[in-house]
Parts: sequence; structure tokens; C-alpha cells
Amino acid sequence: MQAIDKKLLRDFRRLWMQAIAIALVLACGVAILLTSVGMYSALSETRTAYYERNRFADVFVHTTRAPESLLPEIARIDGVLNVEARISGDAILDIPGRVKTAVGRVLSYPEDREPVLNVPLLVQGRFPNPMVTDEVVVNAPFAEANGFEPGDSFSANLRGQKRELTIVGTVLSPEFVYTIGPGALMPDNTSFGIIWMSERAAAAAFDMTGAFNDVAIAVAAGLPTAPVIDAVDDLLEPYGGFGAYDRTTQQSDAFLDAEISQLKGMAAILPPIFFGIAGFLVSMVLSRIIALERSEIGLLKAIGYSNTEVCLHYLMLAGLIALAGVLLGWGAGTVLARSMANQYAQFFNFPFVIFRVSYWVYAAAGLAGLATTSLGAAHSALQAARLAPAIAMQPPAPPRFKRSFIDEMMARLRLTQPTIMILRSLLRWPLRSFLTSLGLALAVASVIASIFINDALNEIVDLAFYQTNRQDAMLIFSDDVLETTLEEARTLPGVLQAESQQFHTAILHKGHLSKRVAVEARRPGTDLSRVIDASGRLMTAPPGGILLSIRLADQLDVQAGDVIEAEFLSGRREAFDLVVTGLVEQHFGLGAYMDLAFLNALFRQAPQLTTVNVTLDEHQTEALHKAIKELPELSGLIEMTENRQSFQDTIDQNVTVMNTIYIVIAVLITVGVTYNAARIQLSERARELASLRILGFDRGEVSYILVGEMMLIALIAQPFGWLIGAWIARTMTNAFTSDVYAIPLVLQPATFTSASLVVLTASFVSVMIVRRRLDRLNLVAVMKTRE
Amino acid sequence: MADIIFKTQGVTKVYDTGELKVYALDGVDLELFKGELTVLLGPSGSGKSTLLNILGGLDHATDGRVWFDDLELTDMSDRGLTRYRRDHVGFVFQFYNLVPSLTARENVQLVTDVAPHPMPAEEALDLVGLGKRMDHFPSEMSGGEQQRVAIARAIAKRPQILLCDEPTGALDSTTGVQVLEVLRDINERFGTTTVVITHNAEIQRMAHRVIFFQDGKISETRINAERLAPSEIAW
Repeated sequence: MQAIDKKLLRDFRRLWMQAIAIALVLACGVAILLTSVGMYSALSETRTAYYERNRFADVFVHTTRAPESLLPEIARIDGVLNVEARISGDAILDIPGRVKTAVGRVLSYPEDREPVLNVPLLVQGRFPNPMVTDEVVVNAPFAEANGFEPGDSFSANLRGQKRELTIVGTVLSPEFVYTIGPGALMPDNTSFGIIWMSERAAAAAFDMTGAFNDVAIAVAAGLPTAPVIDAVDDLLEPYGGFGAYDRTTQQSDAFLDAEISQLKGMAAILPPIFFGIAGFLVSMVLSRIIALERSEIGLLKAIGYSNTEVCLHYLMLAGLIALAGVLLGWGAGTVLARSMANQYAQFFNFPFVIFRVSYWVYAAAGLAGLATTSLGAAHSALQAARLAPAIAMQPPAPPRFKRSFIDEMMARLRLTQPTIMILRSLLRWPLRSFLTSLGLALAVASVIASIFINDALNEIVDLAFYQTNRQDAMLIFSDDVLETTLEEARTLPGVLQAESQQFHTAILHKGHLSKRVAVEARRPGTDLSRVIDASGRLMTAPPGGILLSIRLADQLDVQAGDVIEAEFLSGRREAFDLVVTGLVEQHFGLGAYMDLAFLNALFRQAPQLTTVNVTLDEHQTEALHKAIKELPELSGLIEMTENRQSFQDTIDQNVTVMNTIYIVIAVLITVGVTYNAARIQLSERARELASLRILGFDRGEVSYILVGEMMLIALIAQPFGWLIGAWIARTMTNAFTSDVYAIPLVLQPATFTSASLVVLTASFVSVMIVRRRLDRLNLVAVMKTRE
Repeated sequence: MADIIFKTQGVTKVYDTGELKVYALDGVDLELFKGELTVLLGPSGSGKSTLLNILGGLDHATDGRVWFDDLELTDMSDRGLTRYRRDHVGFVFQFYNLVPSLTARENVQLVTDVAPHPMPAEEALDLVGLGKRMDHFPSEMSGGEQQRVAIARAIAKRPQILLCDEPTGALDSTTGVQVLEVLRDINERFGTTTVVITHNAEIQRMAHRVIFFQDGKISETRINAERLAPSEIAW
């Protein structure tokens, strides 16, 4: 090894604390890049492979009842590759040992063949014998959550017919990667399951012999789905088609897609920030090293080392730091990506996970880390190369301080000399002070960006669960029933309060824009399910019009007062022109609201209801569940209390993990910036501070100069951090807005306070660690050393 | 008479600070000869170090011409000067300029790694009497020892010329004499042309040739008929 390389390694060892502080920041960037890209490719590759192997359909449609004779016509539509017709329906399940009822989505399984589309994958057992009507297979997560094994049985209320069903196998299906029950916000596998039974049994249960009510269609690769959707809708219209939709609206795929695009966003936003900060830190540290090694640089050149060799020498120091950071990042990223992949595998029901972070991702992450640190080092290294040897051998000229109006101000304020030293140093190197401040501001911002999500989600939950939907449970019926059923519901055991609500799928049109939504209708003055806008105001949909959520109005480009066409896919499938009577700002879903009496009048029918919202006496839960198991029209009971709890739990868990990660990140950035800045301060001022000690200043007074300047920079960083944090939060709310939800921008004073506390504390601790070196300062040696 | 190794013609170096021009060198004509030990004497600011920097290829003259043997240094590129320093020149500085993170041996290897025909670092250190302290770091050595490491580093490449800027400036008399003895030994043993800058007038007595500087100009050149050994010099 050449002597100059030994110097490199020893310099690196001497600087290891500073190097590690930088390497950790860089490692964060590399690890996040690996994790997000790794997860992104794992999820999307797994999805693609799973969909392909199990032939996931492209277009889906539900209809009231269509004859099987229609199938060849659907198959003849241009672009249609395959058609799978099924019978589907919901049923209330009575699970042995469970007080509360569960909801099952029943799907028919073809008798003498494998399904051509949405092929369920057998996990355990076998498929149902077509000749035995009480055999079923269920989705594996449901079986697992309820402790079912093949051979176990449960009973189901199939359209008023109570049937004992025996589980003969468990499966996974590409249709239900993310399984979420009707009215639920989070997957709950104990209370919602998918049940496949033989076509014959399903037809008998739902009165569909010779007919179907659910179609899945595969479209030839590369062809658009829109023409197929139009053609299918035309064919099914006479049979009560509810409007075909493609994968983007298919619940399970839509959730998966939202997750995948979030990962993509994460890969694009976060790593560059870390790389940037690491680059800045390298540039800061290296420029100081080069200032300190001025005479060594001169010497190397005098001996005959070329400019390129000198430049490379310092670039390699940055390269070593980058190498440490990249290696750490690779390690952490690999572990993190793998554990996240396993977590995803549990959250999403995949039969397998293709986890493979390709080498190019590692290479790209490594190169990006190396490139940014080299870029950070480039300026200093070039400066070293440009230093003329004769000049380098001389001590640098003392920094120029000039008198300015600020000095007069300081004089007038009668500041102490140490305070003046602090302020002059800040003003003498404004760019460096600014960049140091910016680094700390980014740390503050990263905490704000994570904490605000917590508040935002709390606001969503509060609005959605405690202000909008206040019912304890929802009774769901297979079809709309007369509103008089409300009276029956009120007589159920434990029901304290019952209110009607109606849901109708409709396509809203305005000009060339259209959107498929569920229109909610309710009576004015209802108390359990209400329309509440973002500011907590109670809104009522007046008769004669429709109330739209702002995000829906934006998608349709309509204002209050405009007229839209609502094409209802249920009932007589009529279209009406409706005045948009108002807009509601909402975080959840794309809401459209009407007056129940007005809607039924439009439909020219006696008032009906789809669900009954109830409040319950919890002491009578058992009696209630027992009673509803016997109600034929009921297809489900959604427990909102459970729903709220599971949603809250999931959010709390995720938020805790997120906050921890971001606070660790903020602390790493802060330590990286403060520790390095303080070390540089100390090395530049060692002589100055030692002189002060010799002149009779005590340790506290001398420490004040070092700690004071760093903490002043940290304080200055706070308002910038708040601004940047608020800006990142706003960007995130915009980026994360989808049809499913909008994240509100909730910025509480407490958020700013906590962020500042985290960063100021980390700053203080870092600078105090450096301060300890002041105590070890050898006064005589410092004074003797040639500058 | 010996061959000329350095020759300058009207070498001028001007430092332009904007408000006033400082003439560090003002038309210096000089000839130095192979194998000689020359002492440049003069007060601070008289231009000695500036001239040494130009001769050593560390700096360019503002005006005038400089030759090393047949090689003209005057308008040589940065790359050319690096080459020249690497191949021909050894430097010794007042403050030793050792790399603190490298041991004595490694400091010398810094040169032997890049020079074309170096002697082993160990041999160079033996020559300056530090064969037993090779693995010590600069912080573990006295000033005189550090300066001897610096000399070992300078001679390890077997330079044709050895340029020493105040080599005893930071040393006490006894240690300074030891260093001068090493310089004279090198000069005699290898015939290395040696130029020593000093403002210590006593040191001139060991030189073949003494050049006096005053205000950027050569005020006098003297040839010593009789040279003293360093041990006979004291200050």
C-alpha cells in the first residue's frame, strides 16, 4: 500500500465519528431507496405473476339476474377473450363459538371444470363435490381467523334458508388479495369471508337456476377495456346490470394499486433528501479538512504529486465515507425490505411473494450515494487541486472581518465579547451558516411531515366515525326493502334507535365527464348517519337536488347550482337531471347525498331502505345476534364499534412505526449536521478559544461560544423547518389523495413544538459531546502549533 | 569551474494587492553550480524564499527566465512543473511539514512511491541517523528528528538538487548543527547541489558560495575559500 493511501485510511480512522454521522444519513437514503424500490417491485411483480397464473379478470359486472343464454353474446364482444359467469350473494353466517354474526360473500364454483377466470388457488383440502350441496371452500384468511379446518362447519342464512355448510378446503383468490367486507374500512377476516359453493347449490340458494348475476371478463392483452365495458353494459341493461367496471375500480386491486403507487412516491421523494444532506455534510467536512491540511497539500505538490493525485486523494476520503454509508444502507435496506415484504404478505393475501431486489437496484442506490458524496466533495477536492504549492505552504490569510451596521448595533446593545464573536462568525460565513441551518430545518421538517399524518388520520377518524357515522351497527339487506321494515328493526332485542338509509349505484355525468358512485339517501334530521363537512358542519341534502363532495365535484368539474345527469343502475335504471345544491368538503370517499323521500319519489315508489342504522344496548348483544340469524331479508350486520376499533388500532400501530422511523431519521440528520458543524467550529477556533482560556475566561464562558453559536443556528433553523415541514405536508396531502380518501392538512402547534424539541435536543446533545473536547484542550500545545 | 545547474535572467516576482505592487524579486540574475552547497542570506522579505520557490518549481516568475540544466522552467505548465519536482527536486522546510498521520518511514515512502529511481526509505532514514526511529509518528519525535525525517524524505528520491528553506529556523543550536551536518554529508557523499536559505549569518561559513539578498535583489555573491564544518559553527 502506498504511503498516501495509508494517510487516507488513517485520516478516515481519525474522522470516524464524523464519517459515521454522515454515513448514517447516507445509509438512510440508500436503505429507503432499496426498501421502497424493493417493495414496489416485490408487490407489482407478485401481483402480475399471481394475476397471470390465476387468470384475474379485466372487467367485472354485477347484475340482478341474467339468463345463461346471454353468455355467448358477451363472449362475442370485440376484444373479449374469456367470460366467467357466476352466482354471487351475501349471507349472514353463524359461526360456532362466536356470539356475533359474520358476513359471507357466496360465489358459485363451476361443476365440471375449473373456472376460466379468477381461479381460486387451493391452499388446503379439496374443491366442493358438485353433487353435494353443503360442501364449500372458504378463503384461507377467514378460515385461519376463525380457526377453521377442513371438516369444520358453520351455518349460513341463505335468503332466509338456514343451511349447515361444511368446509372441505381453503383457497386464495386473485380477486381477494385485499379482502374488505361491506361497509368496513379495514380487512377483518373474522367477520367477513368468501365462500365458494357448487354452482348447483348457489343457484338453488339464490334462485338463479339457468341464470347468473355476476360476470368476470378477460380482455385481450393490450386492448382498452372501455369499449368492452360499454358493450357489456348495453347487453346487461335489460337484466339489471349495475354497470361494468375494470380493475381500477375493483376493490382489492384498487387498494393494492394505491399501496404500490405510494411506494413509488416514497422512492422518489425521500432518498434524494438524504443524499442531498449527506452531500452537504461531506462538502462541509472536507472543506474544513482541506483548510487544515493546507500545508500537507502544499507538501504533496512540492514532492511531486500531481493536481489530479491530490484531488483524487480527497475524493477518495469522501468515497470511503460513501462506501461506509452504502454498505450500511445495503445491509439495513435488505433487512428492512425483507421484513416489510413479509408484513405485506400478511396484510395482502398472496399465496407467494416474489421478493427479489435486483442487483441493479443495489448498484443504483450505491452509485447514487457515491455520486452525491463525490459531488459534495468535488468543490473542496478541486480547491485542493487548485491550491498553488507555494501558497499552500504559507499559513492562510486570517479571515476578513469588516465593520458593518450590525457591529454598531451590537455595540449599542452592549453585547459581551463572546456573544459578538458568535454573531460575527455567523455573519462572516453566511452561506455555511445558512446551509447548516437548512440541514437542521430539514430534520425539523421530516418530523413535522410524519407527526402531521397522525393528526390528519385522527381528524379523518373523528369525522368519519364519531361525527358522520355514529351508529353502533348497520343492518344490511339483500335487496331494498320497504321503509316500514324500520319498525321491525326497532323491535329487535337491544335496538335502542333505528334509522333508515338507502344506497344506489349511479353514474353521474357532466358533459364528457362521468363517475360511478354510490348515492346515499337519508331522511332529514337523522342522527346516526349524517353528512358532516370538513369543518364539522352538519349538511342536509335538500329535496330536489344532490349534494356532492368537493373531490367528486372536481372530478366532474361542476359547481353548486350546476345540473348533472344521474344515471341510476338500480331500480328502473332511469336517468334524472339533478341540481347540485351544495358541495361538502370530505376526507373519505366520493360522497353524493340525496333526500330519501325525494329519491323514492323520483323512482316512483314507496319509500325504501337499504340499511338500517342502529344504536344498541350492549347487554343484549347475544339476543340480537341470535335474532338476526333468523331474519331472512338480512344479508349482514356490520358492527361499527369493532370497525372503529380495528381501524384505530391499525392506524395507531402504523403511526407509531412511522413516527419512530422519522424521528430516528431526524435525529440522525441533526447529529450528522450539528456534530460535524461543531467539530469544524472547534477545529477552526481551537487557538482562539485556548487564547481566551489563557486570558482568564473559564470553561463555561469558552463553551458558551461554541455551544451558543451552534444552538443559535439551530434556533434560526426552526421557523424554516416549520415552513418546509408545512410545505412537505401539503405536498403529501396532495400526493396521497385518491378516490378512497383525502388526507387533510392538519397542522397543530403541538406538531411544530415536538419537531423543534426533537431537533433542538439532538442538536444540544451533539454539541455537548463536541464541547467535552474543550476540556481536553491542551492550552500550551494549541498555542505552539503552527497554524 | 563546475557546470551551471541553475541560471536565471532578470527574474521578477510582483505581488499585486490591488492598491500597491510589491516587488518580491526585482530582476535577479543568478548562476548556481553543480555539486555546490550555496547559502542564500538576507533579512525577512528580501526575496530568498520567493526565489527558492521559483527554482523549485512551486511558483512562476512574473517576468524573466529560469533554466534548470537545459530545461527552461519559465513558462512550464503545471503538469511539467509537477514532473520536474517529482524527478529532480528535494525540499526541506522550516516547519518540517511532515504528515502527522504517517510514521517516519511512511513519510519518506510518500516520496519513494512516486519518484523514478528512489533509494529505499530505510536507507534514507539510516543516512540521517534515524534507522532506529522509523516507525515513530512525528508527534513522538523531537524537532531535530522531525527535520531529519524531512531531509530523509527530500534525499530519498536521489534528487539533483536539494532546496532547504530555513532548515534550522525552528531548532536550537545543538540540534541545528546536527541537521546541518546531515546536509553537508549528503552534499559531499552524493554531490547533490544544495541551496540553503537562512537569515542566520553563521551558517554561511559552511557554504561553497554565499549569495546576499536585499530588497528583492542580489547585493553580493561571495565564494568561501575555506569552509567550516558544521560542528565548528555555533549561534
